[in-house]
Amino acid sequence: MPKLNLSRVPMPKQAPSLRARNFNEVALGYAAEQAQAEANRCLQCPKHPCIDGCPVEIDIPGFIKAIRDGDMPGAVKILKDKNSLPGVCGRVCPQETQCEATCSLAKKEAPIAIGRLERYVADWERTNTGTISSSIIRPALTGKRVAVVGSGPASLTAAADLAKLGHSVTVFEALHVAGGVLMYGIPEFRLPKDIVQAEVGYVASLGVELELNWVVGKTITVDELLSNGYRAVFLAPGAGAPLFLNIPGENLNGIYSANEFLTRVNLMKAYRFPEYDTPVKVGRKVAVIGGGNVAMDSARCALRLGADEVYIIYRRAEVEMPARREEVENAREEGIQFRLLTNPKRFIDDESGQVKAIELYEMELGEPDDSGRRRPVPKPGTEYIFEVDVVIVALGTRPNPIIPSTTKDLVTTSEGTIVTDESTGRTSKPRVWCGGDMATGAATVISAMGAGKRAAADIDKYLRG
Amino acid sequence: MYKILLRQNLVPDIHLFKVAAPNVAKKAQAGQFVVIRVDEKGERIPLTIADWDREEGSITIVFMEVGTTTHRLALLGAGDFIADFIGPLGLPTHIEKFGTVVCVAGGFAVATIMPIARAMRMAGNQVISIMGARSKALIFWEDKLRSVSDQLIVTTDDGSYARQGLVTAPLKELLETGEKIDRVIAIGPSIMMKFCAKTTQPFGVKTIVSLNPIMVDGTGMCGCCRVSVGGVTKFTCVDGPDFDGHQVDWDLLFARQRIYLDEEKHSFEQWQSQYGNRS
Repeated sequence: MPKLNLSRVPMPKQAPSLRARNFNEVALGYAAEQAQAEANRCLQCPKHPCIDGCPVEIDIPGFIKAIRDGDMPGAVKILKDKNSLPGVCGRVCPQETQCEATCSLAKKEAPIAIGRLERYVADWERTNTGTISSSIIRPALTGKRVAVVGSGPASLTAAADLAKLGHSVTVFEALHVAGGVLMYGIPEFRLPKDIVQAEVGYVASLGVELELNWVVGKTITVDELLSNGYRAVFLAPGAGAPLFLNIPGENLNGIYSANEFLTRVNLMKAYRFPEYDTPVKVGRKVAVIGGGNVAMDSARCALRLGADEVYIIYRRAEVEMPARREEVENAREEGIQFRLLTNPKRFIDDESGQVKAIELYEMELGEPDDSGRRRPVPKPGTEYIFEVDVVIVALGTRPNPIIPSTTKDLVTTSEGTIVTDESTGRTSKPRVWCGGDMATGAATVISAMGAGKRAAADIDKYLRG
Repeated sequence: MYKILLRQNLVPDIHLFKVAAPNVAKKAQAGQFVVIRVDEKGERIPLTIADWDREEGSITIVFMEVGTTTHRLALLGAGDFIADFIGPLGLPTHIEKFGTVVCVAGGFAVATIMPIARAMRMAGNQVISIMGARSKALIFWEDKLRSVSDQLIVTTDDGSYARQGLVTAPLKELLETGEKIDRVIAIGPSIMMKFCAKTTQPFGVKTIVSLNPIMVDGTGMCGCCRVSVGGVTKFTCVDGPDFDGHQVDWDLLFARQRIYLDEEKHSFEQWQSQYGNRS
């Protein structure tokens, strides 16, 4: 039995003081020898508990062995067999709660850095082979057409899997670029847009057609897709509509939803205004309301856009924050400040329609609520005024009503999500499947990809049945 | 890419484009809008649909040169392409047989009101239209609007053509004659819509306005276009653009339309220094 190597190879990163002022990627990626050293730590467990933790069932020990053996094309092939977006997943998956949590070495607090190795393989392919699609063998076409609505992680995964099975897939995207949340939501410094586009390009190279600027429900309805030659429709348009707090003053100038702020910055490139036409305001002092990854992304964007002080305002304690630990740490290192157990009561006008302050109050934690987290309860008499120039509300999203309201016989929940069978993605409507945030409410990239995979398998079964 | 099939300069600074967008044309209805992006570095802006031709597969838009994006758009001509053209967005104007409908258009919104007046007429309404412009030189589509109206009243602010004054004056007179008016549709600059709504309010005539806040995606994703109607926050892009003018919080709309005045000025100055001489 070889001696256990418990020293995880750290990820090289841009220094916090430097990266806090640029939009370049924070994590720089392993060099070859670092990847080799990390791959060498893998125990190659015969029971591979890591795979059980992966929503898309990547052969993790397999690709790690290939890295170890110096067989990089082999590692790429194993990875892409299950995952069409490895460059994305290697960067934004919460591996610490998935494959790395079930890794045998997790018990020793030194799980294999699977995400970093996945990223290493994806980046190796992008820089070494030029054409990502060189090794693809197209299957015989079945002649069956499938429409995929949206082009985020669930859609791209389903589209790729269906194309690999020989079906003719068309993706309909409402925005002017494909990628969904990977393009408009997650910032460049965490997920460079050329990497997203390279992986979108890979999906297209499988024969998937991309139709941009199609708002399904407006430009064409789901029922029209079904009667225009599409045998099946997979709905994964995301949970696009932002939630607000519903407190006084919320429509003042300077108060953004995180969706708007991030869309301006990431999709429309407001950080390069006026070269790009879309502006965004940050001012000197920014408050971000919320404790998830989107809140961290918003705060870190605001800092990079030149704000002097950026605060995360969150009503629970740090341990309850839904954001990845790594992102909270990155934010803290960069100088983001945290006001925990704090909640806004109202926004205060400067009398010209611009927000100038938030009235905040303190919270304490009571009994656990439905989510299992302790419920925050207001502490009376703790109100105070907190001056701000810009507020970003990052409280999550609810499904966009355009598709449910224009599609016959599609049953939705009281939250507005589409009622969907989790294991197959089937909805109440024949020939219509659903996945991603539209089915589950806001969740992660990889869980959406898992849903895309399951739906693609069930659609294939239906089309062949 | 979406090809411009036809360009007309209607009056100084106001232009008409007919754009090849068959998928949008197939679905367009009165009162809806498109979001366009001129080119790779452009912003997304909403423009109302002035007309459509389902057979030809075209959408007509009419716009005024105001800021950087519309000036850039105005540099294009027939045969050129617009990078992105998305729609039809928003809810269509509610059309039914109400009885007598007054359609009021301020400035270049005469292009927006055209398909609405036409649809109202086709639904069996008596349509009285009022169109107003600053001066004679800015009047266009008078005959077109007359052709879908039972009566047309034209005003100019400076009295250089037709009746002198604002559109609210003939609107008030119509309401005062005691003739039964069942609905008013008022579209134009926000301030004009506000005063039309104020004019009709004492008479209790339902007044629909088409709001024009700043938008980004235009599909309900960002909330930039939020307005307050009857004390409830609405997203103009998916809940509107038509709302009950008596319920709109106009001051909020005015304030939100001014968010980026400084940035717009900066962007426009920069644009002018680069390209301004060509226009």
